[in-house]
Amino acid sequence: MKGEEPRQASAMTSIPAVPAASGDGAAAAPSGRSTDGLFLFGLSTLLGSYIVLIVGLLCALGTFTTFSHILAAIKTEEIRFALRLSLISCTMSTLLSLWVAIPGGYVLSRCKFPGRSLVDAVIDIPIILPPLVMGLALLILFQTPLGRAVERFVPVTFAAPSIVLAQFTVACAFAVRTMRVTFDQISPRAEQVALTLGCRRSQAFWMVALPEARRGVLTAATLAWARSFGEFGPILVFAGATRMRTEVLPTSVFLELSIGNIEAAAAVSLMMVVTAMVVLILARVFGLRGSGLL
Amino acid sequence: MISLSEISVHQGTFSLQDIAIEVPTGAYGVLMGKTGSGKTTLLEAICGLRRVAAGSVRLMGRDVTRLKPAARNIGYVPQDVALFSTLTVREHLAFALVVRRWSRSAIQVRVDALAQLLGIGQLLDRRPRGLSGGEAQRVALGRAIAMHPDVLLFDEPFSALDDDTRHEMYDLFRSIRKQMPVTVLHVTHNRDEASRLGDCFFQLRDGRIREVPR
Repeated sequence: MKGEEPRQASAMTSIPAVPAASGDGAAAAPSGRSTDGLFLFGLSTLLGSYIVLIVGLLCALGTFTTFSHILAAIKTEEIRFALRLSLISCTMSTLLSLWVAIPGGYVLSRCKFPGRSLVDAVIDIPIILPPLVMGLALLILFQTPLGRAVERFVPVTFAAPSIVLAQFTVACAFAVRTMRVTFDQISPRAEQVALTLGCRRSQAFWMVALPEARRGVLTAATLAWARSFGEFGPILVFAGATRMRTEVLPTSVFLELSIGNIEAAAAVSLMMVVTAMVVLILARVFGLRGSGLL
Repeated sequence: MISLSEISVHQGTFSLQDIAIEVPTGAYGVLMGKTGSGKTTLLEAICGLRRVAAGSVRLMGRDVTRLKPAARNIGYVPQDVALFSTLTVREHLAFALVVRRWSRSAIQVRVDALAQLLGIGQLLDRRPRGLSGGEAQRVALGRAIAMHPDVLLFDEPFSALDDDTRHEMYDLFRSIRKQMPVTVLHVTHNRDEASRLGDCFFQLRDGRIREVPR
């Protein structure tokens, strides 16, 4: 140790920022308060600028639209139809998404099987595919013999079911992703204990894993619903934009814009914002009630 | 009796070969070994949570090597206790009984008896969140013994407890054994804990078992 002292001393003297007056080790520690503050300020500024952008968007929409514009929009039969169809189709596509995503996410998280990486990659396709391409692919799929066979029993293309299918195709991918992450974050140990206590795999899933995944299910449902609510590209191509038939709220915005009625388009957009916020808040409130988290 | 006969277990690149252990009926066996020596893997193999590549596992004279965990009648308390976060303490104690379709009144009687035995009567309507380490251990123990298992497997149950709580738990374990003679295999690396509770001792080192004299 004695041999190291001269080297240490020379190293200290070579750093001019270290105060030379006090000889203890604490004085040698760099004062990080100002740099930490600057670092946190930088992070907050970046986040803050994004928040400002979002609030700015909402304010621009809110100030552009008057209450009378919104009232006029609501009084329109077409807009009321679009609102109704949006709410029904989004709810259906969300339920369908959960029906697939909960078991799908569980299997991907808990089971090792050949081709799991491939399945995982395939689920990303609806997320990364351009919306119009997704719509076109759905349209072409229903021109194949298989698609035509389905159409013989249930008319899909350019009808209301096509809206649900287009929303489901994209929303389900997000829901599966969310459920997989949810189950990944839940330790399998509790399920293993349940097995030793006499449960079958299915009982361990229903009695232990699924209740523990409740928040994830809620998040997946919220995400699927929100994604479905804003879906436009695939719907435009696959379902068309026929008033009082396949018109959902994003279609209404598009149709109003296309005839230059910006006030009505903004009013419908604001309706979408308010509807989405109300539904998401309600989902949070009811979903978390009784869980001890609210 | 817990009897492992020349069993081999593989977990990735790690493996246990030709493991033989015999804990006599009603005895308290303690399995010691360093962290990473495979103690938990061995317990999981006895539970049926990990496949046994060779050899046989016999519990109370019954070959359970190929049986599912549910059919082995084992009470298992893992290291992290793994309580069910959405269930109350009462539901934990009743869990194995509900699965076995006991009547509601029989479950009620058993849960009350367990709550009294474990001193957790005041916790019955609480969920795991907020329970202390000692309370969580009591709940995990109650959940494991509720259905009168043939054997009990403990995986370092006291590793996260402070000294006072640990000594309380030693007393609790001893009193439970007096009331409920059951064969136990307890994994620990704490010699004091082993000597206070154990009847027979095993050391797992370099993938091999050797019995340690008392």
